[in-house]
Amino acid sequence: MGLLRVIQNYLGRSIDPQKRREKKSLQEKMEQNVLGMSIMIAIVVSIAGIVEIVPLYYLDSTVKELNRESDSIRPYTALEQEGRDVYVREGCFLCHSQMIRPFRDEKERYGHFSLAAESKYDHPFQWGSKRTGPDLARVGGKYSNAWQVQHMRAPRSLVPESVMPDYAFFDDYIIDETLTERKLRALAMVGVPYTEADFAGAAEAVRGKTEMDAIVAYLQVLGTMVKFEEGKDYRE
Amino acid sequence: MVESTPENPNYNMSIVKAFAVCAVVYLVVGALVGDLIAWQLSFPVLNFNEYLSFGRLRPLHTNAVIFAFGGCTLMATAFYIVQRTCGVPLWSNKMAWFTFIGWNLVIVSAVISFPMGWTSGKEYAELEWPIDILIAVVWLSYMFNFIMTIVNRKVSHIYVANWFFLGMMIMITYLHVVNSLAIPVTLTHSYSIYSGVHDAMIQWWWGHNAVGFFLTAGFLGIMYYFIPKQADMPIYSYRLSVLHFWALMFGYVWLGAHHLQYTALPDWAGSLGAAVSIAMIIPSWGGAVNGLMTLSGAWHKLRDDYVLRFMVVSLAFYAMSTFEGPVMSLKTVNALSHYTDWTIGHVHSGALGWVVMVSVGAIYHLIPRLWKTEMFSTSLVNTHFWIHTIGTVIYICAMWVSGLMQGLMWRATDEYGNLVYTFAESVAAMHPYYVLRSVGGVLVLIGALIMLYNVIMTIRGAEQPKSDESKTAAAQA
Repeated sequence: MGLLRVIQNYLGRSIDPQKRREKKSLQEKMEQNVLGMSIMIAIVVSIAGIVEIVPLYYLDSTVKELNRESDSIRPYTALEQEGRDVYVREGCFLCHSQMIRPFRDEKERYGHFSLAAESKYDHPFQWGSKRTGPDLARVGGKYSNAWQVQHMRAPRSLVPESVMPDYAFFDDYIIDETLTERKLRALAMVGVPYTEADFAGAAEAVRGKTEMDAIVAYLQVLGTMVKFEEGKDYRE
Repeated sequence: MVESTPENPNYNMSIVKAFAVCAVVYLVVGALVGDLIAWQLSFPVLNFNEYLSFGRLRPLHTNAVIFAFGGCTLMATAFYIVQRTCGVPLWSNKMAWFTFIGWNLVIVSAVISFPMGWTSGKEYAELEWPIDILIAVVWLSYMFNFIMTIVNRKVSHIYVANWFFLGMMIMITYLHVVNSLAIPVTLTHSYSIYSGVHDAMIQWWWGHNAVGFFLTAGFLGIMYYFIPKQADMPIYSYRLSVLHFWALMFGYVWLGAHHLQYTALPDWAGSLGAAVSIAMIIPSWGGAVNGLMTLSGAWHKLRDDYVLRFMVVSLAFYAMSTFEGPVMSLKTVNALSHYTDWTIGHVHSGALGWVVMVSVGAIYHLIPRLWKTEMFSTSLVNTHFWIHTIGTVIYICAMWVSGLMQGLMWRATDEYGNLVYTFAESVAAMHPYYVLRSVGGVLVLIGALIMLYNVIMTIRGAEQPKSDESKTAAAQA
């Protein structure tokens, strides 16, 4: 009888023909059939993902090409990418967003709102969800390299109110040049258009550089690739 | 109800015991790390070195509370409930122990890898690819064992709590696998295969459904078993449970996009997310009402049943935060609340108020039954209840105020259209609230420590009956 019970539970229907003739609602059937219920759940929970995610890959308006500007959005250089890895490693995105919203105050504070195309080579994206510190989407060029280095080493020496940890140890670590080419190749595999010349020059580009050099290089390029035209509407 | 089946001596209760004790330990760890990072935001000098800086410890906190504490609670309760409601022992004890060891291995690797800075850089999915693979395997073993136990069941109908667990297991499998896809560079470094706007949408599809399925559906499963049990009342409405179950399964998945309002994600996706978010108030409240109304006719039990108090207050917090969430997803509100501490306050009203309280209630229900004894101290359970509630309220109020202040200070302009405050001024203004939040966190941590002590003493008392007898004998002599 044990086996019979297992088969009944599996099929969700009784083997007794008398019981099988009783009409049951779909819910009633599902409640007696774990396989049916699992499949039904699997279908129901996948609908939203299909509706919301799949079109993003097909609608051209998702990542608008920027005509002339599109040429200026380039993959990060080897050193910038190494800096980006440091940024990700330290969890900077947990306190700093990289996504300026189209509001007046954000334009005043941070600059032009962010475009989808600007993060098209960002694996993973670092838009963030919290501003314990200010947005960094357009921090590039806002301060000098010397300011950035000093701010990393001792944030409160420049901004007394800051609650940012000190990152003086960035000076102590040299970038591992043996990994840089592999990193660029991995990124190329997922669509970042690096060239053979980039791979060949990767190790050379980061040789002897510290993590401080790398992170400053990354911060200084943020938001600087698109040259915005006055009066042009970049998003409807 | 199904649980009229007599206690089966073959039930595997040792796996439930193991997961339950782990859950209590990880609650202490998660609260400890959480409170440390709260103090770090109040006093940045507490970022002692590179391994203990805020940016590296914050994922440790979130993973410890969500996956270590939450995960162990879900595994303890799912294995308990599925045996009791199906009237059969687990399909495979070996596989259950594999799940236990594997899951703890994941947690240990997280404790090592986050301070080392090994992260994939995706919020709430920070673990690197080898651990992601381990998670997937362990998770599937958990799901397979659960389903096969249901297949073996002695009763014809699958109990409602099991639907919720099943929904969680299936959705988390999807989410984890899709969101974690990455190209490895080394064992400890990889790049997400998605970039920019696509990565953002997939990440928040994962992010919100870690909340919706892991922290909601699973814990509703807990609610549907333990509240009727503790109150000794049947579930208020079967129809409501069917309705809100399917509405939750269908609706929750849409919400991720509301985390990306006004960003470079196309407007239609964010608006769709917000629209469904508003609609989700109904199924969410359906669950809360169903749980609360189960107590109708048994409200007097709250007077002296502290475990039931945890569960009832958890439902009140659940109802509150599932109302707050949809409000925050509205574009006008989101414009103010996004990027601020309000989000942190909202998350913690759900996490500390709903998830922790319902779990703690379930564990206090489980411990005496598993060890066939009484809790070591009921008054300590009561103390835990009050200290946790007060800590939670302090925490979320502090974050509400600081969140609103941040939002208003950032957007404030004078009559000439210039910004009134610098960003640094807004950071300075947060200081008192960050301290207050840390104090709330200390209370929650003390509560967790009291629970750990109470649980250890209960287990020691139950497992050393002989020494107790000898003590009594000594006292009598």
